[in-house]
Amino acid sequence: MSEELLYSEPEDELRAAVADLLGARAPWTEVLARTETAEPYDADLWKALGTGIGAAGLLVPEELGGAGASLREAAVVAEELGKAVAPVPFLGSLGATALLLALPGCDAWLRRIASGEQTAAVAIPFSTLPGNGRRNTVSVTPWPPKEGITDARLTGRVTGVADALPADLLIVPADGSLYAVQAADVTRTAVTSLDMTRVLCDIELDDAPGELLAIGYSALDDALTATAAVLASEQLGLAERCLAMTVEYVKTRHQFGRAVGSYQGLKHRLAQLWVQIAQARAVARHAVSATGDERAIAVAVAQAHCSTVAVLAAEECVQMHGGIGFTWEHPAHLYLKRAKSTSLAFGTAARHRARLAELVALPPS
Amino acid sequence: MPPLTTQHDLENQIHDFLAAHDPSATDPLDFLRARFDAGLAWLHYPPGLGGQSLPRGLQPVAEQAFAAAGAPDNNPRRIGIGLGMAAPTILAFGTDEQKERWLRPLWCGEEVWCQLFSEPGAGSDLAALATRAVRDGDDWVVTGQKVWTSMAHEARWAILVTRTDPDVPKHQGMTYFVLDMTAPGVEVRPLRQITGEAEFNEVFLTGVRVPDAHRLGAVGDGWRVAQTTLMNERVAIGGGAAPREAGMIGILAEAWRTRPEVREPALHDRLMTLWVAAEAARLTGLRLSAQLAAGQPGPEGSAAKYAFATLNQQLSGLELELLGEEGLRYDDWTMRRPDTVDFVGRSPGYRYLRAKGNSIEGGTSEILLNIIAERVLGLPGEIRADKDVAWKDLPR
Repeated sequence: MSEELLYSEPEDELRAAVADLLGARAPWTEVLARTETAEPYDADLWKALGTGIGAAGLLVPEELGGAGASLREAAVVAEELGKAVAPVPFLGSLGATALLLALPGCDAWLRRIASGEQTAAVAIPFSTLPGNGRRNTVSVTPWPPKEGITDARLTGRVTGVADALPADLLIVPADGSLYAVQAADVTRTAVTSLDMTRVLCDIELDDAPGELLAIGYSALDDALTATAAVLASEQLGLAERCLAMTVEYVKTRHQFGRAVGSYQGLKHRLAQLWVQIAQARAVARHAVSATGDERAIAVAVAQAHCSTVAVLAAEECVQMHGGIGFTWEHPAHLYLKRAKSTSLAFGTAARHRARLAELVALPPS
Repeated sequence: MPPLTTQHDLENQIHDFLAAHDPSATDPLDFLRARFDAGLAWLHYPPGLGGQSLPRGLQPVAEQAFAAAGAPDNNPRRIGIGLGMAAPTILAFGTDEQKERWLRPLWCGEEVWCQLFSEPGAGSDLAALATRAVRDGDDWVVTGQKVWTSMAHEARWAILVTRTDPDVPKHQGMTYFVLDMTAPGVEVRPLRQITGEAEFNEVFLTGVRVPDAHRLGAVGDGWRVAQTTLMNERVAIGGGAAPREAGMIGILAEAWRTRPEVREPALHDRLMTLWVAAEAARLTGLRLSAQLAAGQPGPEGSAAKYAFATLNQQLSGLELELLGEEGLRYDDWTMRRPDTVDFVGRSPGYRYLRAKGNSIEGGTSEILLNIIAERVLGLPGEIRADKDVAWKDLPR
């Protein structure tokens, strides 16, 4: 099983393509400038990434116009997006795709996602822990649902949803079932978000028309787990970039006649961070490769470890850049905001450890 | 003969070897010698010296095949210093006669090796060492004191670094030897540790004669030779394929599962944090092995020992806290002379105390962080006030 912890050649090629695109189209200066515009998501970049490189249809089978790839390839894309804190709805789209793939009769939706015609998102709070936290806030008529219902009506409110602002299609969990709702039929209000590069929104449904996709939430838990697995790779990429940026800076910044990176007070912390990032790479790879019962354990480990490492890397990046790192015009804050936000997404590290305790039979009392 | 590159070829070769040397009917030492002579000992060594210049990644295939056949092994833990440190150095710097003389009995476990590097005045700063070797005809006469020497009381040979020229800066005046531990003037005294036992020794060298034929590398080139030894030590530490919950975390998890009375709610998140850390370290070791097997050696190996030391100390500390009153007891302070470290078989107090050595032995955690920072991240080196000063003029 240990080969799965490495990157394959096709994965390296995909990474290079995404890195080239982001290098050309998403330098941090543009990412920062966009945060204060009316369009926090970069639609052109998403088009180039989603359909140009094919990231939108990575998981979609080839016969539906996708790449027929796995979470491993998606994770490589996420690593690069984390390095650039790129404002594209890749993660949300991935979650929706993973969910639709698990449901019967969703080929048409998947085709449209792969072709770039539609972008989808799951209407669920970004902080939702997989396998937990189903606070029902949307009600449906008619109820109980019956197979084949295409004209249900949904009313309610979902707060703090990631990647739903640029979505056309929303998959809404409501009263124990999953519905497809056109984004045009709901009211979305952008939230002033801690992460300025992944702006959340609140969704208001007022008698919105919906099509029943599935009764029950079991597929939802799997999709959330898959998304959380890929998020660990985004966190890995973010941490790598923060470390690289900081190492570069402390080599050139001189105080007391020496590069500040020559002081053990900084050197040792950077070395410790590097050790943790090397570990993050192994656990993130495992999380997107594991199957069966192992997957939930692997994802809980990856989320507990990688979200902690990403936050540490971003915090050290700010601190070791000193004065400049605390300013708006240095990119460190973009990474800090992304890192801290992702550490709350899909549950905090502590909640993942609690979940892990159940999975490996180490009960709290 | 065509090069054997695939696992399948190797397995066939081992199969043929086992057919010709039935493990159950062959004397263990004869078996090991035959395995060495067939080039099936350390596969990456050259032909004629126990190997076939194969990739290192194939070694586990051979070990599994021999173990499955019930073949005797060379007790690798007992001869770890020879296998991991002396042998690669002899291979890199030894003459043909030296390789011929030392490598076969080393691998077969006939001769145990120890390492005479550290001194009371030269720990992290190994290059400051003061053990003098003075040329006298065809011999060198060695006088000094070495310390933290595992297995010295059982060793037949030692790898030894000495000061041969005190008038040049410290890195330039060293020479590397192989020392006969049975020679007159070698005195080994146990060095008792905080655990009560004595894994290590002090070794006093008083006018010990070492033939010049036992020198490894050129006179004055000892630092470079020693670097080879130390680099191999770090390679040996990284990697591995331990199952989940192996080692200290397994002991803790077992206690938590089987003894509900130790479950302290406030300690639960700490336990899980360490469980995650242990799993992350385990997967990193697996990834490192995969990299080595795929011929992409990474710098992760230098991190493995650092992570292991930190984790062991945190786990063993938590174990005592979990056990409460029981943690106040210790199993045995009697002076013992163990061959290997046994974390599992001893008491929690022993584990706590012995783990303290993990961040000191084989390079302190602080030195390892320097190495990662400088060699991996490319950060500036420490300011070295002693770089251009003759060794004899250094403050000590």
